[in-house]
Amino acid sequence: MTDQLVIALLFLVNLRMFATSRLDSLIRGVALQAFLLVCLAVVSREGALSWEGWTFLSVTGLVKCAVLPVMMTRALRSAGIRREVEPLVGYRVSLFIGLIVTGFSIWAAAQLPMPDGAADPLVVAAALISMITGLFLIVARRKAISQAIGYLAMENGVYVLAPALAVHGPLIVETGVLLDVFVGVFIMGVIILHIRQEFKHIDIDRLSELRD
Amino acid sequence: MIADFFAALFGVTLALILAPFLRTLINRTKARMAGRQGPPLLQPYWSLARLLRKGAVYSTTTTWMFRAGPVVTLATMFGALCLVPFGGNPALLHFEGDVLLMAYLLALGRFFTILAALDTGSSFEGMGANREAFFSALSEPALLLGVAGLGAITGSVSLSGIYGRLGNSAFLGSHLPAMIFILAAFVIVYLTENARIPVDDPTTHLELTMIHEVMVLDHCGVDLAFIEYAGALKLWALGLLITGIVFPVSTGSFWLDAGVSLASMAVLQICVGLVESLMARLKMGRVPLLLGIAFVMSTLWIMWVVR
Amino acid sequence: MAFFLLLSLLIYLLSGLASLAMGRHPAWGTRIVPFGSAAASLCALIPVLYVLAGGTPVDLRAAWSLPVGSFHLHLDLLSAWFALPVILVSPIVSFYGTGYLRRHDRPRETDACGFFLQLLTGGMLFVLLASDGLLFLLAWEIMSMAAFFLVVFEHEEHEVQRAGWIYLVATHLGTAFLFAMFVLLGSRCGSFDFGDFDGLGGVADVVFVLAVVGFGAKAGFFGLHVWLPEAHPAAPSHVSGLMSGVMIKTGIYGLLRVMVLANDWPAWWGWVLIGIGIASGLGGVIYALVQHDLKRLLAYSSVENIGIICLGLGMSVFGVHSVGPVALFAMAGALLHVLNHAVFKSCLFLGAGAVIQAVGTREIDLLGGVQKRMPRTAALFLVACAAVCGLPPLNGFVGEFLIYLASYWSVLPQGLPSVNPRVGGFVVISTLALIGGLAAMCFTKVYGAVFLGEPRSGCGSSATDPGRDMSVPVTILAALCAVFGLGGSLLMLLVASVAARIHPLAMAAPDMAPLREASAVYLNVTLAALVLAAAVYGLWRLRDRLLAGRVVRTGPTWGCGYPHGTPRMQYTGSSFAQPIIAAFRSLLRSELGGDWPAGYLPGRSSFMTHTPGLFMHRFYTPLFAAFARVAVRMRRIQQGGTHVYVFYVVLALVAVLVWSLL
Repeated sequence: MTDQLVIALLFLVNLRMFATSRLDSLIRGVALQAFLLVCLAVVSREGALSWEGWTFLSVTGLVKCAVLPVMMTRALRSAGIRREVEPLVGYRVSLFIGLIVTGFSIWAAAQLPMPDGAADPLVVAAALISMITGLFLIVARRKAISQAIGYLAMENGVYVLAPALAVHGPLIVETGVLLDVFVGVFIMGVIILHIRQEFKHIDIDRLSELRD
Repeated sequence: MIADFFAALFGVTLALILAPFLRTLINRTKARMAGRQGPPLLQPYWSLARLLRKGAVYSTTTTWMFRAGPVVTLATMFGALCLVPFGGNPALLHFEGDVLLMAYLLALGRFFTILAALDTGSSFEGMGANREAFFSALSEPALLLGVAGLGAITGSVSLSGIYGRLGNSAFLGSHLPAMIFILAAFVIVYLTENARIPVDDPTTHLELTMIHEVMVLDHCGVDLAFIEYAGALKLWALGLLITGIVFPVSTGSFWLDAGVSLASMAVLQICVGLVESLMARLKMGRVPLLLGIAFVMSTLWIMWVVR
Repeated sequence: MAFFLLLSLLIYLLSGLASLAMGRHPAWGTRIVPFGSAAASLCALIPVLYVLAGGTPVDLRAAWSLPVGSFHLHLDLLSAWFALPVILVSPIVSFYGTGYLRRHDRPRETDACGFFLQLLTGGMLFVLLASDGLLFLLAWEIMSMAAFFLVVFEHEEHEVQRAGWIYLVATHLGTAFLFAMFVLLGSRCGSFDFGDFDGLGGVADVVFVLAVVGFGAKAGFFGLHVWLPEAHPAAPSHVSGLMSGVMIKTGIYGLLRVMVLANDWPAWWGWVLIGIGIASGLGGVIYALVQHDLKRLLAYSSVENIGIICLGLGMSVFGVHSVGPVALFAMAGALLHVLNHAVFKSCLFLGAGAVIQAVGTREIDLLGGVQKRMPRTAALFLVACAAVCGLPPLNGFVGEFLIYLASYWSVLPQGLPSVNPRVGGFVVISTLALIGGLAAMCFTKVYGAVFLGEPRSGCGSSATDPGRDMSVPVTILAALCAVFGLGGSLLMLLVASVAARIHPLAMAAPDMAPLREASAVYLNVTLAALVLAAAVYGLWRLRDRLLAGRVVRTGPTWGCGYPHGTPRMQYTGSSFAQPIIAAFRSLLRSELGGDWPAGYLPGRSSFMTHTPGLFMHRFYTPLFAAFARVAVRMRRIQQGGTHVYVFYVVLALVAVLVWSLL
């Protein structure tokens, strides 16, 4: 029952991320998304968790829910912006797309052939919707910081898919993925700072001047 | 086998001795047709002897290629002569595909003649060389295809085999049209290769109208003797190909066969003389058309053979 | 045995890398590539001779990390025969190349040239050995790309860049067809290994068409040949020799390999091959006749010889369904011509390279009289010219002799239902004869215009024979022409086992006895050649003897009484080609131009002819222009913003997900 609740909350958070224009709201959303996904990983797991499992999950939760959002808030503050201005896809249209995507991920998760011992298809749906939310933010938003947030949301979704499919990779692999995400967002923060310093804005569509 | 070898050797010796006489026949025929007496019977021999007694003048432009041309021409002509069957007997050298060696030996001789002509750096000789190369490129397929046709009729791929079996009159009945076409093609090729009217005029003095004569403009003395003698041998060798079709006899008696062969060769030369007297030279641009006709004739046999 | 093959490939790679690294070492930097090439050739020669002498085919499999394909090398009779030109010609060309490039004085490009030369040769050997579809494609790409980098040696020249570009596009278009063919075969037969391709997966006809186009682009079949006359003049001469002599033969090898895997050869394959042979042979020689760039002419001549090889292959296809030794002779003739053409064409290119380097131009009509200044090169070039015209007793005659003989045999009455062999033989004889005559015209034009007569311009005034490093390789190749020609009988015996084992022929079970008889027959030709040589010598001595006591003078050439003849009045190459331009006007579409003389006592006038290739002009250029127009319109997809590109990625991923779920 708890996992159903968590999944429902997750859908809501993702829809919020589709519709909001405020950047700090986005960051809070992605932190909440990470927290919920960690809870989901704990709740939907059958059998007890080993101590290394607990350590890993807590480290993950710490990094994704605390450290990374703090880094991004700091980048946001130094860039001095609050809102996304003139996105490529309007907010009401985004919300509508979010609804369609939610339906699509539930359908797709039901169709996918699952290995035995896998979790509830809804968990896979939750993972899928997180991924697609992240990709949508990358495609449809203008500010560079939104791209970083979208990347993080996408990685959250990927992260939860593996335990949902009852695939247990070696711990070192999972730690490595975490490290990737951490480093990626760190670098993005730095780059945003530099873009802001150089160009006095962080609109990525101006980068299209560089095309052939 | 030994008898065949000596028969062939006799044929080659006969060719070497009698070849210049063919030119006498042609010239005498032309003279008689024009109402003149004509040169003495042994004129070509005396002409050769005179040339062999002379010194030489070589152009400063030329190199060893010029001196090699006549020698290679004559040597390849010897080779070609050894491959052509005489009097229904096998030739001195016979094997499957010998027609290829003969055609390509003639081509080798022509290659060196053309290069010797280009060696002089004269525009006249270049002109002659160019025409010679072009016309022979068009006439060689007719020759090879004609022999292929004869091979298809007689069932052999060797010149000696073909001409040996042509004496068997069984072929004449069923394949007469094919053989007539091949004969016509061979006659045109003969006139082209030997620089006779209507392709070329051996007696003209205008370089613009010559082919073979202009190619040898700078040769003199011994070289010219070699070239003229090679020309006479070519008259003989290619003539044997024609007479073998028209008068294919193999009565079994060697002397009778040789006699018939010689007689038919003489008749051929008289015919050439007649053609030279009665026709004028073709306009230079028309010659490819004539050669095209020869090519078409040499292909028509396929319709009778593949039925 | 397999060890030697691997060692050979390894030596190619290592010597190439060594050339890049240490090519400029003063003492032995330039020796790395030639000696490496020679060493690799020796290593490869051992297994090749072993297989040709009747040993079992050499097979090697190794571990392979990719999920598809396998590392499977296989040296059987067919590969061994085609490896012979690679092994023979490449060290000779390498030795020539060091001397040739030294005079070009471009040290950085020379190192790279050495590396890519080794890569090209190693790649060709790899192609011949590869026995798996993916491995074959990999080797094919290595070979083609190495050749590309060699072609653009003088990369600042605009023409060279254009030539390289044309070559690159052409080779990749051909490779695309090969890709399609191997994918088709792989999906039908379950794996990419050649051993599993038996019967060509039931789609033999489609595979044959794909192979003809794909391999034909490399071999230079007419219509697909447009890169040859551009790439060969642009490349350095030793590279042109290697490409023209050996690389285009890998196309023939590929086609034969595919044909060998088929169960049966239907008659229409024979007609296709004969059609290609006629078009390439006649088209190649006619276009060669009207060129005035020496290397372009030689490139078109390669197209002509590929046509001759195709005629032999087509005849062999017919022969499989008829009696007699037709198939064996025709296949043997084609295979022999592969080897012989490699030898004399590379000799021609190397000789031409020496001449071009000495006189500084490729234009035939600016040369003349080079024989007096470069006598040794001229004599060697003459031997190669005679060989390419197929004159006995040199090696060009041997292959053509067998193909002719096969055609003559097939014309004979055989009591067979199908008339295909007889008509095919008839067509082949007429085409070969015409090609031979026109080729003789072409090469007398080349030799005469370049070497004979008087110089037409000042270009060749300081020309001299090249040093030993460049003339010894050419001498070796010319000597091979003579040796292979005189030893034609032995060559026939060597090729007999190869031709007899090529698959459907083996099914029809010919024994090699007819070819042994043919080789005995060829002894007659050798005998005639020796007698001919004796006769030439004898007549020459006779003439010397006769002229001994007499006056022998020199003087100017007879000018018909006109005392002011100039060298410009000589027949040029274009003059020589004039009847051909007139006769084949519609095929060539030559452009004639210049200032014609006008009025009485005209002043300066000029004349020029130019023959762009028909296919290039009328077919490929408009085709690619149309592609370019479409492509420009499609550039709107490239917006420049990253989010659009991520959107494309998402779209594609979602589409794949939906498609796989449906």
